[in-house]
Amino acid sequence: MKPDATPLDDLANREYKYGFVTPIESETFPPGLDEEVVRGISARKGEPEWMLDWRLRAFRHWSGMREPRWANLKFPRIDYGAIIYFAAPRTRSRPGSLDEVDPELRRTYEKLGIPLREQEALAGVAVDAVFDSVSVATTFQDKLSELGIVFCSFSRAVREHPELVRRYLGSVVPPTDNFFAALNSAVFSDGSFCFVPRGVRCPMELSTYFRINAANTGQFERTLIVVEEGAHVSYLEGCTAPIRDENQLHAAVVELVALDDASIRYSTVQNWYPGDREGRGGIYNFVTKRGKCAGRRSKISWTQVETGSAITWKYPSCILLGDESVGEFHSVALTANRQQADTGTKMIHVGRNTRSTIVSKGISAGLGQNTYRGAVKVLRGAAGARNHSRCDSMLIGDRCGAHTFPYIDVANATSTVEHEASVSKIGEDQIFYCRQRGISPEDAVSMIVHGFCTEVFRELPMEFAVEAQKLLQVSLEGSVG
Amino acid sequence: MLEIRNLHASVQGNEILRGLDLAVGAGEVHAIMGPNGSGKSTLAGVLAGRDSYEIRAGSVSYLGRDLLAMAPEERAREGVFLAFQYPVEIPGVRNVHFLKAALNAIRKHRGLEELDALDFLSLLREKMKVVEMDEALLQRPVNEGFSGGEKKRNEILQMAVLDPRLAILDETDSGLDIDALRVVASGVNALRAPDRSILVVTHYQRLLDYIVPDRVHVLLDGRIVRSGGRELALELEARGYGWIEGPSGAKPPAGH
Ligand SMILES: Nc1ncnc2c1ncn2[C@@H]1O[C@H](COP(=O)(O)OP(=O)(O)OP(=O)(O)O)[C@@H](O)[C@H]1O
Ligand SMILES: [Mg+2]
Repeated sequence: MKPDATPLDDLANREYKYGFVTPIESETFPPGLDEEVVRGISARKGEPEWMLDWRLRAFRHWSGMREPRWANLKFPRIDYGAIIYFAAPRTRSRPGSLDEVDPELRRTYEKLGIPLREQEALAGVAVDAVFDSVSVATTFQDKLSELGIVFCSFSRAVREHPELVRRYLGSVVPPTDNFFAALNSAVFSDGSFCFVPRGVRCPMELSTYFRINAANTGQFERTLIVVEEGAHVSYLEGCTAPIRDENQLHAAVVELVALDDASIRYSTVQNWYPGDREGRGGIYNFVTKRGKCAGRRSKISWTQVETGSAITWKYPSCILLGDESVGEFHSVALTANRQQADTGTKMIHVGRNTRSTIVSKGISAGLGQNTYRGAVKVLRGAAGARNHSRCDSMLIGDRCGAHTFPYIDVANATSTVEHEASVSKIGEDQIFYCRQRGISPEDAVSMIVHGFCTEVFRELPMEFAVEAQKLLQVSLEGSVG
Repeated sequence: MLEIRNLHASVQGNEILRGLDLAVGAGEVHAIMGPNGSGKSTLAGVLAGRDSYEIRAGSVSYLGRDLLAMAPEERAREGVFLAFQYPVEIPGVRNVHFLKAALNAIRKHRGLEELDALDFLSLLREKMKVVEMDEALLQRPVNEGFSGGEKKRNEILQMAVLDPRLAILDETDSGLDIDALRVVASGVNALRAPDRSILVVTHYQRLLDYIVPDRVHVLLDGRIVRSGGRELALELEARGYGWIEGPSGAKPPAGH
């Protein structure tokens, strides 16, 4: 008796509804990377000399580096000479007000559910819209600046707040940190900058919405967030890209700095184009994200929901410098079809009585490969440091894989580090139980997976949690039946 | 309502059901008894559409339709409910959310409007009274960490909310204290109606003091070997299964 195939047999094509291309003319550099290209990008953006020097130092360092191959990822060699390193929508230089944004770009963001007119925007969310690595609009700037909060494109910050940028840029992720961070430091085109002054609680969620459009173009944005003493900000990041047959490189850097008693909550819903069922196309996502808890009782909390990209390589980390500072990492990573993810975190305990929490939920379906890689390092001076890590993996079907690599390095005997891990196969029993209650197999899988991730979703701001849940559902479509 | 003819079902090459016949009319309550391993849960699973069984021969007609051709969720939406012998845990999914999703899937299929949170809660409150279940269990993940008795009550609550036409209870009385047994029985009795049928799998005649069956059947080695009124249950309780002849004519070995 087989009225239908077993629900977990196969992972069919998933629909990617953000796969459209915006018909807009863009200005691009010829492919390839040398000093001239770096100078060209800097000149194109009208940057001061210190910025150019910074880029050139990074470029020279990068030229002598090799692409890292230690991750549990299989992909062909990337030809860095074939990539275009700068693309920008060709519109009037930079719109003076939101009403002047190119209508084609406005339509693009509307289609993505991100209205760029403030009166239509999600209540309580300010958006920096980054299109092909160039910031095209930032909402609610005036309202925020009344509180002394700076929220603008990176380029603008370089022009208008050079002292802040110079002070903090590269202070968490040095330009020489790793291959992809060095590359980004040399060629980054734009991104978001945020500064929250002493004692201010940012009254709205700040968000950057990244959109890749141009073909054959690498995407290199940079985000820098600085939160002063006793201040707080919650930051959201979303990303999508068109469906294309070739792979595209995305190498971003995010740096967070929290001073005494400051807290930063950084949430990501990553939905870059994942490639098709046969593994054609999709984004190669190599991202360096790190936060520094620079003061006493500073707190940085990363939450990520990673459902897109052909390859994900990212380890949002915390350096817990200040005494009693707190680092958190909450992650859901889903790999379906032929997607691969090698993701996790690093918690580096430097200060006394520092605490960190890691919750990682990996879901693999189809031929997906999902690796958790995490490091907990307790330095000699970190008396009373505490870490708790939990890594759970769920397998849907029997052709996918889950892998866990926890590294623990403790140099202080008064610290406690706990690691728990589990791997479960989504149960035929669970699915049958749901179906016996009238629930379709698709809804059953999505419900069970959602239940598995519930702890992480709780960490997301409200609207984002709903979004993330929908995304997971779409990503799993076709993983049953 | 339900008519099973010459049903043969195997698991991994072992034939478990070997020519089972059973008819349950509308409005009737039938009890199925039989020794461990005789195929009672297999029968329940086959009726609900669990796909680990291979149907070698036979037919099952439910409300005039070919039940075996229907997907499990379709059977559920058409009114087949199975109270599981071992209810399944679903971590992270709140019980109340699960039940609402199930009810709305069924209502949608029946052309009824989906219930919103408020209407659903008031329906739920009313049904909760029958099973005397602790409200806190609604907010907890489905069956996770529930005691054995709590799981069984939860099954009965689901049954009451989903309003089935054919309810199959697989040893819902096992492991229950006397109070819980009463609760399960009153849940079932509340469901008794002329257009509904109930199949109760049990090892204990005690349950049948509360749920008085129209018919009692003995399942042995994959077949119904004897049927009778409620007095058959009393006789089984007194004498065990040893005196009943198996389908092959041989008596089952002692302690089977
Ligand atoms: N997946 C399986 N693989 C092999 N044998 C199985 C499987 N499932 C059931 N069986 C066997 O089928 C037979 C009938 O099992 P079933 O669960 O239907 O019995 P039951 O009458 O419900 O018993 P109990 O009273 O103990 O609940 C048993 O011998 C059991 O071991
Ligand atoms: Mg049984």
